[in-house]
Amino acid sequence: MPPMRPVDVAERREASPETREPVFQIQGLTGRYGTNVAIKDVNLEISRNLITAVIGPSGCGKSTFIRCLNRMNDEIPSFDHDGQILYHGIDLYGDGVDPVEVRRRIGMVFQKPNPFPKTIYDNVAWAPRVLGLKQGLDERVEQALRGAALWDEVKDRLKKSALSLSGGQQQRLCIARAIAIEPEVLLLDEPASALDPIATASIEELMHSLKEDYTLVIVTHNMQQAARVADRTAFFSLDVDESGARAGVLVEYDETTKIFTAPSDKRTEDYVTGRFG
Amino acid sequence: MAAVEPALTLRGDARVRRRRIVNRVAESAATIAALAALAVLGIVIFSVAKRGGGELSWGFLTKDLPTFGQTGGGIAPLIVGSAILVGIATAIALPLGVLTALFLSEFAPRRLSAAIQLTIDLMNGLPSVIIGIFVFGLLVYGHTQSGYAGGFALSIVMLPLIARSTQEVLRLVPSSQREAALALGVSRWRIVVGIVLPSALGGILTGTVLAIARAAGETAPLLFTTSIFVNQITSDVRHAMPNIPVQIFIWSESADPEDHKRAWASAFVLIMFVLVTSLLARLALARTRRKLSR
Amino acid sequence: MSVIPATQELTGGRRLRDWLGDRIMFGLTLLAALATVAIMVAIACKVVRGAELSYRAFGLSFVTGSVWDVNKAVFGAAPFLFGTAVTSLMALLIAAPLGIAIALFLSELAPRGVRVIIGALVELLAAIPSVVLGLWGILVLGPFAADHIEPPLQRAFGFLPIFSGKPGSSGIFIAGLVLAIMVVPIVASICRELFLSVPSELEEGALALGATRWEMVRGVVLSSSRPGIAAAIILGLGRAIGEAIAVTQVIGAGNSGIHASLFATGDTLASRIAGEFIGASSKLQIASLFYLAGILLVIGLLTNLLAQVIVRRFESQRVGAG
Repeated sequence: MPPMRPVDVAERREASPETREPVFQIQGLTGRYGTNVAIKDVNLEISRNLITAVIGPSGCGKSTFIRCLNRMNDEIPSFDHDGQILYHGIDLYGDGVDPVEVRRRIGMVFQKPNPFPKTIYDNVAWAPRVLGLKQGLDERVEQALRGAALWDEVKDRLKKSALSLSGGQQQRLCIARAIAIEPEVLLLDEPASALDPIATASIEELMHSLKEDYTLVIVTHNMQQAARVADRTAFFSLDVDESGARAGVLVEYDETTKIFTAPSDKRTEDYVTGRFG
Repeated sequence: MAAVEPALTLRGDARVRRRRIVNRVAESAATIAALAALAVLGIVIFSVAKRGGGELSWGFLTKDLPTFGQTGGGIAPLIVGSAILVGIATAIALPLGVLTALFLSEFAPRRLSAAIQLTIDLMNGLPSVIIGIFVFGLLVYGHTQSGYAGGFALSIVMLPLIARSTQEVLRLVPSSQREAALALGVSRWRIVVGIVLPSALGGILTGTVLAIARAAGETAPLLFTTSIFVNQITSDVRHAMPNIPVQIFIWSESADPEDHKRAWASAFVLIMFVLVTSLLARLALARTRRKLSR
Repeated sequence: MSVIPATQELTGGRRLRDWLGDRIMFGLTLLAALATVAIMVAIACKVVRGAELSYRAFGLSFVTGSVWDVNKAVFGAAPFLFGTAVTSLMALLIAAPLGIAIALFLSELAPRGVRVIIGALVELLAAIPSVVLGLWGILVLGPFAADHIEPPLQRAFGFLPIFSGKPGSSGIFIAGLVLAIMVVPIVASICRELFLSVPSELEEGALALGATRWEMVRGVVLSSSRPGIAAAIILGLGRAIGEAIAVTQVIGAGNSGIHASLFATGDTLASRIAGEFIGASSKLQIASLFYLAGILLVIGLLTNLLAQVIVRRFESQRVGAG
């Protein structure tokens, strides 16, 4: 089978910057754990109903970046940041903004599938129930499971434990759980890295259909995955300054085809051609 | 002329044989030690069963305590009294212990958490005679002995046990679960109630049962708080409650062989309760651990 | 549900119930934790306060005072410190090697099924209530020891002062035996966990070099577990020091002072408190018993803290190296 090239991949939606409304506007974002700078001065815009991939070598702050977008880094006491993240024009870290509300609108799927030790139905229904969305729960669960391409496989065993599903199914369940509360954005932190190739393929396929309704940001260490799946790609790399301190920086951010075929920055070119990283 | 090489046998020489003997001796010593411990356990239980089993009867379990000099009688007041005392103790220690463990596991800032953890560990190793003397000074001195005092004293024995076992189960709940719930925008208290506690419930239950088994056999805390009591079944907790351990203690110090017989029989009842509940609870705990760490 | 949020929705539209629930849960758990600390502090305070009368009468010389006479209103703690020291030492000398040996059996020697059963039975030994053990001590162990253990010891080692005197069915010797039975399971279960946590790669490495099982245990398991074993023994010591009931039952009527013989009767700090408190008459006597409790508390807390410190240092050592 010939090596996969970005232009061979199935048609992508028109992804030119001007026609897309920004969901996130990240300006000068610097993130620190104590004195360790994880990401430095990141500027980019994430647009609606697109899949934006964040790639780069390990340790360059990709996870830190994505966890800023739904304020999950708040849970880490030593974390602090400079700069601004605007979500539809609202400062995500502004006064009076409740991180819990933020997370209802910006959902997250984690690297390792982490379903609750409840039934499949309850995994999807728990958050809506608890958040007060009690009407039409059955329909909501079905819709979420359909959206995660899991309905046909589990519709006859909704009352079985979620832990009886395979890894790929569990991850799709986590996606269903996330979309059941109708977020606008889905953040996916290496969603397929703990899965086998077949499960990975099903997740990637799912993402193509998900972007019709949601804005997706995916962190992946797998370049080929980004090439297959993403409309836009942000390449992060490690920057070593004079004092020897390492921090992640955004090197290049552009349409995926451009990143992989005609990158502007040499570092990007080195990474995507496999010369390092 | 080439020397003849000795054939390769892989057998050891004298040195290796000596080391093997040393090894065998060490292994035997360890085995004997384990058997000795089992032997002591067996002897104690056997003694209690042999000397107490004969006295045991349905009447023994249901009659009131014999008055002075009488033969016969039973330990019903002791059983009821102990149950009430342990019940009071559980009612105090269970919520306190679980909530404290929740605080340490879900809410506590680091500095405070170290101090509280230390307190629990210190309370765990506290001689129960000091607990008895404390509750005496607090609730009995100047008043009378009471079931309240005895129950409170037992709750101090149970509190660190429940707190520690709850902590252990809470730790077993994977943080990825909490993270997933947080990412869904659910508030902290709902995460505790909906995700953390349901997973931990089994472990909390068994930890409580183990604490109950322990409290049921404690004598010193009761010696100072509820040791002079009546001979009939009573549920009046404002006065001293009859209870099994203190009565065994009193009977064991007496010179009357009838009292000794009653002591053995009561000890048999107590030991059966403690051993059976401990065993069941530990089996359940092992199962919970296996389930949660999968 | 709208897809594009209005400004209000992002800033505090969260339901009051969620916020309130968080606050309430935080408050309740904080209160419980503080109550726990308060109880511990209250215990220390009460003991100190209760001892005040005696402290004012005797000061710190109470600790070294060797006379405890209710009628003459003279009280001193030395005989009981001695009793505590001797019984605990004897218990440790028996229980420490036994406990370690049992732990080795359970972690290195026994096949899996046997391991679980015998492990559970050793833990059951710890679950026996002390009053039952004391009852057995008075009526079974005591007479047996007086006839079959103490005389042979005296015949063999009678030249040693600790084995002089008249063998009896109660006394320090019996108390030491009973305490040993209580301490063995503590040492055994802590050491078993310790030995099981030694990485199997280390053990296999030693065996692969041709060591016998015992040599591997000595060189790898025991040597890397020394602080933990020390902590286990100290925790067992704490148990022995604090045991009141069983000791009271078997140590005999102890108004004797400090004797050299193990066969003599006596009292420990804990057993004197337990034995004399109910019948105590004078306020000075009660205060002196509280004073004893204070000494016991200090010793108990110190041994517990010592064990904690060793464990924490040990943990960081292990984690750092691993």
